[in-house]
Amino acid sequence: MANKLVVSLSPHVHGGDSVQKNMYWVCAALVPALLCSFISFGVGAIITTAISVASCVFFEWAINKFMLKNPKCTVCDGSAILTGILLAFNMPSNIQPWIIIVGALFAIGVVKMTFGGLGCNLFNPALAGRAFLLISFPVDMTTWPTPGQGFGSYLDAETGATPLAIMKAAFKSGNPEMLKELPSFQDMLLGNTGGCLGEVCAAALILGFIILLVKKVITWHIPVSILATVVVFSGLLNLANPVYANPLAELMSGGLLLGAIFMATDYVTSPMSKNGQLIYGVAIGALTVIIRTYGAYPEGMSFAILIMNAFVPLINNKFKPKRFGEVPAKK
Amino acid sequence: MNNFKILVNGIIKENPTFVLLLGMCPTLGTTSSAINGMSMGLATMCVLILSNFIIASIKKFIPDMVRIPSYIVVIASLVTVLQMVIKAYAPDIDKSLGLFIPLIVVNCIILGRAESFAAKNGAVASIFDGIGIGLGFTIALTCLGAVRELLGTGAIFGITLWGENYGMLMFVLAPGAFLALGYLIVLFNKITKKA
Amino acid sequence: MLVVLTVIAIIAAGVLASVNAVTAPQIEKINAENLAAGIKAVMGSDDIQVSEPWEVDAFTAYDINDANGDALGKAVVTTENGFGGPLKVLVGFNTEGDILGYTVLEHAETPGLGAKAGEWFQDKIIGMNPGKNNFTVSKDGGEVDAITASTITSRAFLLAIQNAYDKMIAGQDVTSGATKQADKADACEGHHCKGESHHCKGESQDCKGEGHDCKGEGHDCKGDHECEKVSACDIETPEVIE
Repeated sequence: MANKLVVSLSPHVHGGDSVQKNMYWVCAALVPALLCSFISFGVGAIITTAISVASCVFFEWAINKFMLKNPKCTVCDGSAILTGILLAFNMPSNIQPWIIIVGALFAIGVVKMTFGGLGCNLFNPALAGRAFLLISFPVDMTTWPTPGQGFGSYLDAETGATPLAIMKAAFKSGNPEMLKELPSFQDMLLGNTGGCLGEVCAAALILGFIILLVKKVITWHIPVSILATVVVFSGLLNLANPVYANPLAELMSGGLLLGAIFMATDYVTSPMSKNGQLIYGVAIGALTVIIRTYGAYPEGMSFAILIMNAFVPLINNKFKPKRFGEVPAKK
Repeated sequence: MNNFKILVNGIIKENPTFVLLLGMCPTLGTTSSAINGMSMGLATMCVLILSNFIIASIKKFIPDMVRIPSYIVVIASLVTVLQMVIKAYAPDIDKSLGLFIPLIVVNCIILGRAESFAAKNGAVASIFDGIGIGLGFTIALTCLGAVRELLGTGAIFGITLWGENYGMLMFVLAPGAFLALGYLIVLFNKITKKA
Repeated sequence: MLVVLTVIAIIAAGVLASVNAVTAPQIEKINAENLAAGIKAVMGSDDIQVSEPWEVDAFTAYDINDANGDALGKAVVTTENGFGGPLKVLVGFNTEGDILGYTVLEHAETPGLGAKAGEWFQDKIIGMNPGKNNFTVSKDGGEVDAITASTITSRAFLLAIQNAYDKMIAGQDVTSGATKQADKADACEGHHCKGESHHCKGESQDCKGEGHDCKGEGHDCKGDHECEKVSACDIETPEVIE
């Protein structure tokens, strides 16, 4: 039963914008990062992403068809593909395939479809999937391959420490000399460092950001407020004590760019108004630095976003977007 | 309501965990394995049967004003007795349940049943209510413990089905308890609403 | 009203007192049996005489003699903060300070991870001597493999035993107490460092052979030259998670 007639409030001008279009543009903006990852980590990056996307799409389709018995094609909106890509981008490229499938089932089945599918989920499915995997399989999820092992490397890839692990070690030992082991800025920019498969190449992620901004898929508010907060906060820490890493290194390492550009900006789980988005971004940035510096994990981006996801309804309640044509009430 | 109906009522219609959502602290805290869940359920059931029986028997003598303090004294004494007995004769259970045994005192299932059932019904009916609710609680905790143990460690009642390497640790930890409980409630509603 | 409540309270108190009278000796017996069984297990011998406990700070020790009255060693109860709460370990030392055995008395570690401490270290630390061996996890440059994904528990466990040794074994040697303490402090740093650089160089061979290890423990290996600098010795790699 297709909806032949759409009744909505005026004005009735369609901007040509649709869920599909936005989702596919986000996917397209992630392609440079995937290519970069292929160059760094080899075919494992492609295989992991493919398994993740395929299982996310399959679970979404199966749950929609057999459990919700919904005739609408929810897979067609592309959100499951995007979740699949982002989930894969948050894993090491040498991870066992069955773990990816479990993560996809959790992301789609538990975090998204249980709440009613796209638009109803409280948390970002890909990130919640990652958090679930990180807690459930801590060893597999934190054994990162080192880059540059040839294009054939997959499960047998050699593993090594990530820049964030080095920063944490330096902070814990109180010895700023250890920060010298960090990869150069150039390596971090080009993805020549260890980490989750989608997060390492800063240049590709920034290119993706530009694509999204130009196509007006997202606005600058959330990413810029997150990144600025991280730079300011970690810069202050760095000034106070050199065992804290350089703010630029903080900015380019770990999942910060990937999270700020592609995951914190998820429409469903971020605030609606501009002011709300700025608060959301600042809080994510501050939480990220706090978790990175003082928490048990080296990386705090995913947890920071998930924590703030939970606050989005509250932020939305306080900072409502202006209604079309609304005149502020006089006090 | 005959006694059999009271019994079934406690297990299905008023299942304390899946329907009333009472006593969540031990439900989430002790169910890291099936055997732990079952021990906790049985310990609670003992206290519940006895407290229901005692309260139903002495309710005539208790003035309304001091009803709640009297119930609490009865329940707390029973729990303390149980704790001492477990410590003395079943030290293994004491080791795995530890702190949660004294916490049975504040388990709202027990005070809830005292207030809503034992205070209004006869001693025999109250015993049956205690058994029914206790069984409902035990079954729920055992199921939850079994699910968490299976998903978290790949074993059930200590019997390994698949290796621990394939276990999802989150289900052994607190977040997994909330998740597993939520899905069990869904399943329970699905089954009971149909019947 | 007041009368009823008083009567109920008195009856309850009476019941509790009588149950306590019955169960208290039994509980005490079980505790004593557990302790005796634990001491026998950690000393690796059944024919032992256990002294009255003596305490220094938070540690409790029992002097253990064999059936003939010759000194066998000491059993020490030691506590350290683990990941989930206090981690209480009973550890047996022989007269040389070598570890004969251990058992975890109390813990609140994560099931499936840190809770494995009870079995994990059995075949790893027995026979070691916290005064001679580098008694830290291999991530920190020591000789003991940590429990997979439970570095915090492993560190706490090893620290508990190291403290027990320092306080109750090395620290109690009256004849050369002072010098031994001093030696120990010196040895501790020097030994630690040498142990580590030794470790590094020893592994550098391995490292080249097996790139896997090398990159996995990037700090250790690259830190080779830094190992000579004392400060770099206590390298801590980041926690994963418990």
